[in-house]
This record gives sequence, structure tokens and C-alpha cells, in this order.
Amino acid sequence: METFNYVKAPNVEKALAGAQQAKFIAGGTTLVDLMKLHVETPKTLVDINLLPLDKIEKLPDGGLRIGAMVRNSDLAWNDDVKKAYPVLSEALLSGASPQLRNMATTGGNLLQRTRCMYFREPSAGTPGGYGCNKRTPGSGCAAIEGFNRIHAILGTSDKCIATHPSDMCVAMAALEAVIHVEGPKGKRTIAFADFHKLPGDTPHIENALEPGDLITYVDLPKPVEGAKSTYLKLRDRASYEFALSSAAIVARVEGGHIRYIRVTMGGVGTKPWRSHEAEAALMGKPANAATFKAAAEAALAKAKPHKDNAFKVELAKRCLVRSLKTATATA
Amino acid sequence: MADSFDMRFRHLRSRTPERSDHELVPEFAPDQQSIDLEPLSLESATVRVSRRTFLSGLGATSLIAGTVPLAAATPVAEPEQEQSETAEGSTVTLRINGKDYTLKNLDPRATLLDTLRERVHLTGTKKGCDHGQCGACTVHVNGRRVNSCLSFALMHEGDEITTIEGVGQPGNLHAMQAAFVEHDGYQCGYCTSGQIMSAVALLKEPIGESDDEVKQAMSGNICRCGAYTNILAAVKQVRSRA
Repeated sequence: METFNYVKAPNVEKALAGAQQAKFIAGGTTLVDLMKLHVETPKTLVDINLLPLDKIEKLPDGGLRIGAMVRNSDLAWNDDVKKAYPVLSEALLSGASPQLRNMATTGGNLLQRTRCMYFREPSAGTPGGYGCNKRTPGSGCAAIEGFNRIHAILGTSDKCIATHPSDMCVAMAALEAVIHVEGPKGKRTIAFADFHKLPGDTPHIENALEPGDLITYVDLPKPVEGAKSTYLKLRDRASYEFALSSAAIVARVEGGHIRYIRVTMGGVGTKPWRSHEAEAALMGKPANAATFKAAAEAALAKAKPHKDNAFKVELAKRCLVRSLKTATATA
Repeated sequence: MADSFDMRFRHLRSRTPERSDHELVPEFAPDQQSIDLEPLSLESATVRVSRRTFLSGLGATSLIAGTVPLAAATPVAEPEQEQSETAEGSTVTLRINGKDYTLKNLDPRATLLDTLRERVHLTGTKKGCDHGQCGACTVHVNGRRVNSCLSFALMHEGDEITTIEGVGQPGNLHAMQAAFVEHDGYQCGYCTSGQIMSAVALLKEPIGESDDEVKQAMSGNICRCGAYTNILAAVKQVRSRA
């Protein structure tokens, strides 16, 4: 590991001062791991664990404000979240291990980095190492021609096919969360759909944050009245494993027809993947197997599988059909 | 593909400075406590040479004999210079098992795990994968279980840290430790302290009653020997009596 300067920030103002050359460290579950692998080599670490951003509060408009430092386990076990946003609680509890969830924060999870094994290889992007455009733009992508079973089939480019690994983000995308940021240019909010970036020609740019930006809160809009939600995660083992395919559904059914629907997917996209195609195929239609099948086909119509991950196309379709069935069940 | 061995293990070599204040000789450091949880049957043994002291002696010998190129490739002096540059935060007081330990000249790269083992000599906490994937390093911070390998020691000033040594000792075992013994919840024992730290923590977590839920709650701790059935029995027994 490269050495670094360590600074503990007592408040947001101090954290922002000089943060442009630094990385913030909260739970450390991604950052410390990647520092050991030489993927991350920050010169300065600003410890933000003392910042008073660890509360979950109800908003006057009926929404919920989640501090960036709220730990995954606290968020998952929060009564308001379990009651009004069960999809978020389920997604969080399906991710990582209890120990990691006790450490990992809401803000940090938004910035969780890919599990692409080429990206994680210490020498990737360096001469003699695997090509990785995320690590070193222009060095190529070893995954495209390499072992790519876990890689993405949606939102890929000829520069990068790395999967976004977060479960929490898939649920937040379905809930249309809003991310609050504070930085050198002041405060601003970013809609969830605009936060994560597609790799395109610049896979090293993963989100809308600018240097020195600090995530402060994530707001969840008021729960959709009468809607049910669910998170389904499919993976190689029953726990403590990343998704091969997952789905977050928020649905309201009236008179047997779908009147509100949000469909997002994990494990298959280069970012937390919202399928507007599936939503269009479901909206106003009868909540039955034929509709779900048509929505799943629409969601995966543009899928681009590679050598080892073609199975994900069918897996993702079945994941959608199953989770839609659960979310629209009337019983 | 030139996936170089050197690069891959560079992080291991660069940890050398954290150890540089220890001599690589099998000498019993004055502040070193022989606190490895030893098998109960050996409790009567009065020889106060711990497994660790003995093995690190062997390690020093074999290092000199066998891995000169590796040692030569990483001059110990180089990182020490870096260490002195990071004056800020290099002295830290950690509260571990109810006792304060002031650690001087602590490398900012020192994880909580390495600090517990190499500086405080509480070696009951084990290093498995060092990447948050196995759970062997599980300790409690402010009563909650965490992976000590993914946290820097400097981040824990003011925290209440509990290791397996603080949970119970031979002769005064925590109910969970006793249950692991009773149900044979281990074979090689390497993952055991992490398993027990997780199991003790989950007693206070909102975990359901079913076997599946307990298994899920223990899934952050990997046991290569496959003692899972017995671990489950131990955890269930303590939960049912709590």
C-alpha cells in the first residue's frame, strides 16, 4: 500500500477544505480493499466518520432523509425503511456480510466500485499488466476478450463491460432517490438516474461527482401510495455474494392492471439499471404472466452478451418475471 | 500475461515498516502477553512460550535463509522515511478490551487488524484474506462486529474495541466460547475467534429464529474445515438460553 496523510475531519466545512486532492474515507470497505490492491492510491485520506450525517429523518413532504454516514445495517433495520421502502431494506440485507454492513455507509455504497477481476488486479492498466480503461484510459479492456462471466450485458461499451456491484443502488434507483452533494461550488442535488455514468469512452468517470464533492444525504421521495415493492437477487451462492442478476420492483396494481411501475436491475448493467422499456411494457397492462414476459423481453432486447455471460440474458428475464409476480401479487 | 508476482504481493511487502519496530528474534517482548486462546487441555501447561513467539522465531530464521531476494527488493529504510513524513496522527490511543494502549509512530497504513496483532500483540484476532471476504479478523467496535482488516487503526481513537481476548479467557469463557467447545465448532481453529466474535454480536442483532436466518447472519465468516453444522448448533444453544 502507498502511504498517505491522514486527516480526521470534525465537521463538513473542515472535510471540504482541501478535499480536492484527497479521498474521503467512511466505512473503508471498498477503499481500504482497493488501496491494498494498488487500485486506489490517495495521497491524503480525510476521515469523515465524525461528521454528523448519521441520522435517518422523516421529511415534511413524507419522504425520508438518509445521512451519508448511516451504516448499511442501520438503514436496513430502520423501522421507517422496513415499513415504507421494504425494497431498500431487502436489497441492503442481500448485500455483503453483517460485518461489512456494519461498516459500509450510504454515501460510500453509492461509490462502490466494480468487482471486475481485471480492474482489481494490482498491475492492471500498467505496462505488462492487464488492460483496464477504468484504471488507465487507453490501456484497453482485458475483460471483453477475457473471462467475463460476471460482466455486464447492458450499458456496455467497447471500452468497458464492468458490472456495477451495488444492491442498495438498484433499490434506490427504483425509489427515485435524490443525492445531496456539498462541494467547492456549494450545495446541489443530483437525481439518482443522473448520478452514475455509463462507461462510453470514459469508463474512469463513474459518477457525477466533481473533485472535492462530498455526499451529505440521500432523500427518498414520499412512498407511492398503495404500491408494493420487492428485491430479488440471484447469485452463485445463497449469501455473501454479488448478484448475477437482481431486480427491484415498485408496483401498484388497481383492478388487476398496473398503474404505477418502476423496474431496476442489478448484476447486469454497467450502472444501476433502470429499464424504461420494461416499465413501458407494463404500464396500464394486466398484471399477468404474459405481461411480465413481454416486459422482460423488452428489458433485455438490447442486451449485449459476451463469451461467458450469455446466460445472464435468460437469467435476468426470469429474475424480472419472478420479481414482478411477487410485487404485483394481490394476496 | 505478465501478471507479476511482485506487483501482486507488493502490499504485503510494504507492510514491513509496521513491523520495523519489532526485532525478528524469538525474544519475549516485555509487553507481549501470551494470550492466544489455547486448547483447554493445554491449560495446565506452564510454559509461557506462545505458539506465536515460537513460530515468529522460526520465521525469522527462514526469512534470512530463504527469501533474501525478496528482502533485498524492499529496503526497510525506504518506507521508514515515508513514515516520518506523516507525523500527523502517528500517535494514537486505542481502547481495547477496556484498557488504553498508546501507540507511538503508528504507520497510517496500519489496519486495525495488524495493529491489534503486531503492535498490541493481541493475536487471537486472525488474518485470513485481509480483504473483508473471510471474517477471520472480526472484532467489535462500539459493540458492533466489523472486519478489522478493512479499517485503519488511526480511525479508531475513542472507539471501544473488543477482541476475542476481551470476550472471555480460559477458565472464564463467554457462553458462546463454551458452546463452541461443547459442540466442537471448529477443526483447525483458525476462523474460530472470528466466528465467535460474530456469534456474540448477533445475540444483540434483530436476527430471526430459523436456522436459515442464523446461517445468513453467520455467512460473513468462512470456515474452510466446514464446521458450520456445529457452529450453528453452538449459536442456537446460546440464543435459546439468552
